[in-house]
Amino acid sequence: MKEKIRIASGQGFWGDMLDAPVRQVKGGQIDYLMLDYLAEVTMSIMQKQRARDPRAGYARDFVPLMREILPDCVERNIRVTANAGGVNPSGCAEAVRDVARELGLGGRVRIGTVTGDDIMGRLDEFLARGIELRNMDTGEPLSKVRDAIQSANVYLGAWPMVEALQGGAQVVITGRATDTGLTLAPLINEFGWREDDWDKLSAGTIAGHIIECGAQASGGNCQYDWQSIPDLANVGFPIVEAAPDGTFVVTKHEGTGGIVSIPSVKEQLVYEMGDPHEYITPDCVADFASIQLEDVGTNRVRVHGIKGHPATEFLKVSISYSAGYKAVGTLVYSWPDAYAKARAADAILRARLERLGLHFDQILTEYVGANATHGRLAGEPSPDLPEVQLRVGVRGADRSAVERFTKEIAPLILTGPPGVTGFAGGRPKVEEIVAYWPALIPKTEINARVEVTEA
Amino acid sequence: MKIQLLKLAHARSGDKGDTANVGLIALREDYYPLLVREVTAARVREHFEGICRGEVERFELANLGALNFLLHESLGGGGTLSLMTDAQGKTFSTALLRMFIEVPDEEARSLGLDE
Repeated sequence: MKEKIRIASGQGFWGDMLDAPVRQVKGGQIDYLMLDYLAEVTMSIMQKQRARDPRAGYARDFVPLMREILPDCVERNIRVTANAGGVNPSGCAEAVRDVARELGLGGRVRIGTVTGDDIMGRLDEFLARGIELRNMDTGEPLSKVRDAIQSANVYLGAWPMVEALQGGAQVVITGRATDTGLTLAPLINEFGWREDDWDKLSAGTIAGHIIECGAQASGGNCQYDWQSIPDLANVGFPIVEAAPDGTFVVTKHEGTGGIVSIPSVKEQLVYEMGDPHEYITPDCVADFASIQLEDVGTNRVRVHGIKGHPATEFLKVSISYSAGYKAVGTLVYSWPDAYAKARAADAILRARLERLGLHFDQILTEYVGANATHGRLAGEPSPDLPEVQLRVGVRGADRSAVERFTKEIAPLILTGPPGVTGFAGGRPKVEEIVAYWPALIPKTEINARVEVTEA
Repeated sequence: MKIQLLKLAHARSGDKGDTANVGLIALREDYYPLLVREVTAARVREHFEGICRGEVERFELANLGALNFLLHESLGGGGTLSLMTDAQGKTFSTALLRMFIEVPDEEARSLGLDE
């Protein structure tokens, strides 16, 4: 067994810094690279892409990335865990296999895929058998949105990925897997942790939580003394240096910017936190109140003392459904009386929408530059504000009403208050709303499938 | 004396559906008891009145010198349904740091907060 392994975070979401994973591979020693591509709504976008083209439906950026880093990964035995597979892990694996062959690495790379998370085709079977998939937040039954559902995936945990790694996979491609599992799986694989090592599984899960949002643990979006954080242009993404006993050090490559400090790690620990005593994943229930942090050098924070509890009998399900349409229009009003002008324009716009007989589930007006982020906590806007952006959003089931709204923004320029600009982008776009329905399902209903094949 | 949380803590916030979470972290270990005493769930609910339409829950993390708040029904429906600029609740962190708490003068002096 190795005494320690280094797992590098290369992507905090689909759309994160493209060259971050490349810099993680080329910037120093690492054993694993984990890449998180899937936000909650990403699956429905990928579902649509696959409906148009059966070979699509995964994070396409992953393939050119592999072209760039696979030779290094093979050479230095860096293994990759990525939920880049979206709704088509096999299609993604096929594309990576092609890349491997083109690079002359055929026969030298094994690629693992984890499937079984997609339960779209089984929903009616579940409902018929009394598995209600009620909304975890609202308690409503799934039948309420049944006809509007676009995708349904279970969050798989670390163990199927462990199986793929044990089968010799250099690259493990999953569909909907937990972000934390992408880090935990390598640790289980290297250190032989058992399924009931709850403290260690929780430690690995918390390590995953710390690095799953990329640079948000290493100085990005860090409020603590933000002006003194060095060289964010060259920010180093976080790396976990883990030991078999479940302790680990959070760090980053030498010569990179940003900072790994107790405050930077604390800010990431509390990010998207629910009940910190019960951080539930498919693999364990981690207790954030047990975490001990220690400063052990420049850009090195040691994490130890972590305790956890047995995993629950359920898996979380991420269901997406079509929930109407929305559009957001903006205009900019300048000094003097910028805020008053923007408010007057809003009143005119609303009167016209009313006269047109357009009805929406919601109309929201915000004044960017005055109070869009902090609302009334920002206090009364100064009459001397240099400019204010009027931002009006509408949402409703009727696409044509939302469409009509988008045609009422530009007319305000010549028919409303003066000192207005900022319409160069043209009419706002109507967006289809794909909403998210979280639910639980008994683990016994789900069978993950693992396949490892040679390129 | 009244002291703004900005002088006592840093924070990060995010979303889970229509719930915003705010992690409030003491800038110094000896500020933490002050936060526990003054920044109660009720006080935070009052601070976010009109913004947070549901309940506020609070969890203590003494090991991190941090409090975690859950502000239910705060994000205009949450996720893709929300029309808000800040649909993900990212700026609830700094909105909480605007809060002022009352600290007895002597305690403020002993913590070096009286300048």
